[in-house]
Amino acid sequence: MAANPMSQFDVYRIGPEIKVGAFDISFTNASLFMILSTVSILLVFNLGSKKNSILPNKIQLLAELSYTFVSKMISDTAGSKAKPYFAFIFSLFMFVLFCNMFGMIPYTFTVTSHIIVTFVLAAFIFIGVTVIGFIKHGFGYLKLFVPSGVPAVLLPLIVVIEIISYLSRPISLSVRLFANMMAGHTMMKVFGGFVISLGIVGGWLPLSFSVALTGLEILVAFLQAYVFAILTCIYLNDALNLHH
Amino acid sequence: MIKKIYFQSIFFSFFFIKATFAAESGGMPQLNPEFWVSQIFWLVLTFGILYLVLSKLILPKISNNLESRKSQILENIEAAEKQRDDSDAKLQEYDEIISKSKLEANSIFNQAREKAIKDIGAKREVLDNQIDNEIAEAEKEINSLRKSAPDKINKIAIETSSQLLQKLIGAEVNNSSISAIVDDLCKRNGDKYYGN
Repeated sequence: MAANPMSQFDVYRIGPEIKVGAFDISFTNASLFMILSTVSILLVFNLGSKKNSILPNKIQLLAELSYTFVSKMISDTAGSKAKPYFAFIFSLFMFVLFCNMFGMIPYTFTVTSHIIVTFVLAAFIFIGVTVIGFIKHGFGYLKLFVPSGVPAVLLPLIVVIEIISYLSRPISLSVRLFANMMAGHTMMKVFGGFVISLGIVGGWLPLSFSVALTGLEILVAFLQAYVFAILTCIYLNDALNLHH
Repeated sequence: MIKKIYFQSIFFSFFFIKATFAAESGGMPQLNPEFWVSQIFWLVLTFGILYLVLSKLILPKISNNLESRKSQILENIEAAEKQRDDSDAKLQEYDEIISKSKLEANSIFNQAREKAIKDIGAKREVLDNQIDNEIAEAEKEINSLRKSAPDKINKIAIETSSQLLQKLIGAEVNNSSISAIVDDLCKRNGDKYYGN
């Protein structure tokens, strides 16, 4: 396991095999880290909202700063109409962030480095946003694909491009997160491998690189969670405030 | 630039991985569908629970906390402003009391001064009367003394003259004749001596 940089992404069963009909829903290391992330988020925010003191303590400050951060992000990108979706985007941001951050601890598993996980999240967002758009605007939502101020000659081409870009949203959203996570972790593993193979003489260079990469990866972990959440907000904005 | 290098290095690292580990690994574990259903199931379960608990229990509490803090701060500011207004009113009241008492003190002082001046005037009048009386008495005494003065002087003149004559001549001179001469002289020169 140690030598292969891709083996860190292996999913393996923990405990017995659980089958429901034809489906295998066994408890795996991925499930473990999903539960760990969820429990940590709930713990932090439960502690942070328990007491209401005028001068917040550290954990309360953390919870309230996260709340206002996400709240501001949503109101900046999607306006006041997006308020009912605050809880969803907040959960999404925190879930992705905690999964990414848990992945930064050595010997852990990164839930978000699996395309299936990010794709399910992105597909859910895509379907949800499309449904919201059609509920809010009816078939007028299709005007999203017809930008205003485009010459009539170019219109068929533009509409096709718009439709393709709209349909590729879940793919770009999920692949962006998955690829970033996987690439970063693979890189770290590769450089870690170099440290071992070059030994005490030449291992210092990849080691320093590895340290720098760790910092970068922590930044990427936060940034990708933020990008995931803010793109969700932008898609939601398209559905809520149709203006093209 | 940094991003480019970063992605290039990722790209090359894939080559490296492929070249080195192609034999022992079956490619990316992410593309192995064995546990896809399990991952979807647990993702939906955990994320669903997370969403429900956050949206129903925790986020309303945080928003409530933030709101209540905001309102409490506003309330405190309001209370502070009210207290400031109160203290301003009290200060004004205090100023009024001070100016009022200043006026009162002034009037009391004026009254006292007037009373003192009146008292002094009355006392002076009494004293003036007394002094006038005494002056009048003294003048009367002086007048009486002045009236009796020529007689005494005449008597002194008569005695002195008789004794003078006796010493000079050695003969007794009748007092009555001398007094007649003195009287006569007095009548002629009296005005010159007494300024009457």
